[in-house]
Amino acid sequence: MKVFIYPTNSLILSDLVERFGHEPLAIMQEVGKKVKSQGLDSPPLNITPEDPKLGLKYAAVEVPSGVRGRMSLFDPLLRNAEAAIVVRDPVISFGCMGCARTNELVNFLLRAKKIPLLELDYPSNEEEAKEFVYKISEFLKSLKPAEEKK
Amino acid sequence: MTSTENPVRIAQLSCGAEYSGIQKEIDSAVKQVNAVMVYPEVDIADIESIEEEFGLKVASPDLKLVMARAKSIVTGKVQVDAVFVATCFRCAEAALVRSEVRRYIHEKTGIPVISYSFTERTTAGTLLTRMEALTTTARRKSLLAREKQSGLTAGIDSGSTTTKAVVMRDDKIIGKGWVPTIKVLESAEEAYANALKEAGVKREEIQALGTTGYGRFLIGEHFKADLVQEEITVNSKGAVYLAGKQKGTATVLDIGGMDNKAISVIDGIPGMFTMGGICAGASGRFLEMTAKRLGVGITELGALAVKGKAENVKMNSYCIVFGIQSLVNSLAAGNTPADVAAAACHSVAEQLFEQQLQEIDVKEPVIMVGGTALIEGLPKAVEELLKVKVIVPANAQYIGAVGAALLASGFISK
Repeated sequence: MKVFIYPTNSLILSDLVERFGHEPLAIMQEVGKKVKSQGLDSPPLNITPEDPKLGLKYAAVEVPSGVRGRMSLFDPLLRNAEAAIVVRDPVISFGCMGCARTNELVNFLLRAKKIPLLELDYPSNEEEAKEFVYKISEFLKSLKPAEEKK
Repeated sequence: MTSTENPVRIAQLSCGAEYSGIQKEIDSAVKQVNAVMVYPEVDIADIESIEEEFGLKVASPDLKLVMARAKSIVTGKVQVDAVFVATCFRCAEAALVRSEVRRYIHEKTGIPVISYSFTERTTAGTLLTRMEALTTTARRKSLLAREKQSGLTAGIDSGSTTTKAVVMRDDKIIGKGWVPTIKVLESAEEAYANALKEAGVKREEIQALGTTGYGRFLIGEHFKADLVQEEITVNSKGAVYLAGKQKGTATVLDIGGMDNKAISVIDGIPGMFTMGGICAGASGRFLEMTAKRLGVGITELGALAVKGKAENVKMNSYCIVFGIQSLVNSLAAGNTPADVAAAACHSVAEQLFEQQLQEIDVKEPVIMVGGTALIEGLPKAVEELLKVKVIVPANAQYIGAVGAALLASGFISK
């Protein structure tokens, strides 16, 4: 299954999803598409002023442009998500999208989508870390693997 | 802005710029003023501990990064000449951080700082004047230290609404010219010719010329100006010069035809400043339209406003269309033209107060300059809102031209 991860740039979450035979929906693939696209030159992410306008699909114009720009990046990931794992209050090194308002909106949209969803707190000690990985693995095992879906 | 100078190192402390698609615009503006952007290095540990150290708790990690980078500048871990703090427009959390980070760096280091709240529509053109002022303050402190005009110099201020020119000799204004801006070059020629005529000097006798305002680059090239300078620097200098307040702190307010400037000045050098230009309802144009609706000249509006009471008129909007409609309705409801004129001045002053003065440290004396300062009701409304005495120096409408002529005299020896 296509599993949305949050933080969307978490390499650890992305790796875990792959290990259990699913496809992680991570921001790296969307940024990769933009950076590799020909004809665009708006470094560092090649996001242009048109992207926040695409984000209007999710948030009105009074929502800051940085939120809407991020939402335009998440759009294909949100649309394709069949399941999701959301880690609450992670440390920055675990993965980070920088903006608390975007976090709130993405988490809401995932809950509203009514797909299999695992929400869990970031661990603060070793015991919690083991439990954290265990919960994620059990959740991923409960999902139908990508190759079996069709 | 010559390429022979070392580039100014500007630290960019921002949240959301790359996701708003405007980083390219920022980089373009920086390149045009011969500066380079620097992104202060910080450790993860610095970001994690910054809230406690800075004393401001925020939810967004990128804002923690902004604060950690500010600390890195203040502690000298990174060396920069100026700082640009930018966050998304309409983000409340970011607005708090932006304001406090700016104050923190300015107070702890004296490094010039500007802040800006952007949307996806922000362009390099919008940022250029601000970047130019920032780099000038960092680069040309000796030029800005000039307190007296010397020799025979001229200044031309090509504004969006009017073009002003002055000729100065030995620290005195000897000729003035003022014309509406129609075609930039022709209007500048006319204003300059008028100033030269009044001064009784020929163009070739002028030892140095400075240009400022929206048309500064075009007229600067046309007249082969010695100094082409944005209006933040020039107006700060002109304001403290005309008001005789060159030493110590001052606040300069300029409500222009297209944008407003609020500048916190120390010893004639701009420190923190804001430039507003989003809403015509907060500009001189609003007052011009009010005068037209009342059937009085713009020069009569101020005296009329002083006689009226703004609180008698209920305005439902600051907007140049709907606000004016409110004023028209109040006339129909029996309010006097004097009350309406006062309400219009109050409306513009209130927007300046709410949208711009919150972002700078307002320190006395407060000096109002530009043509709108002569609309007496406006400085009066600002005085009422700020509860301080506002100084309107003589020749306030020539502020840019005087500042340019004053600074241009620094080029005579060359």
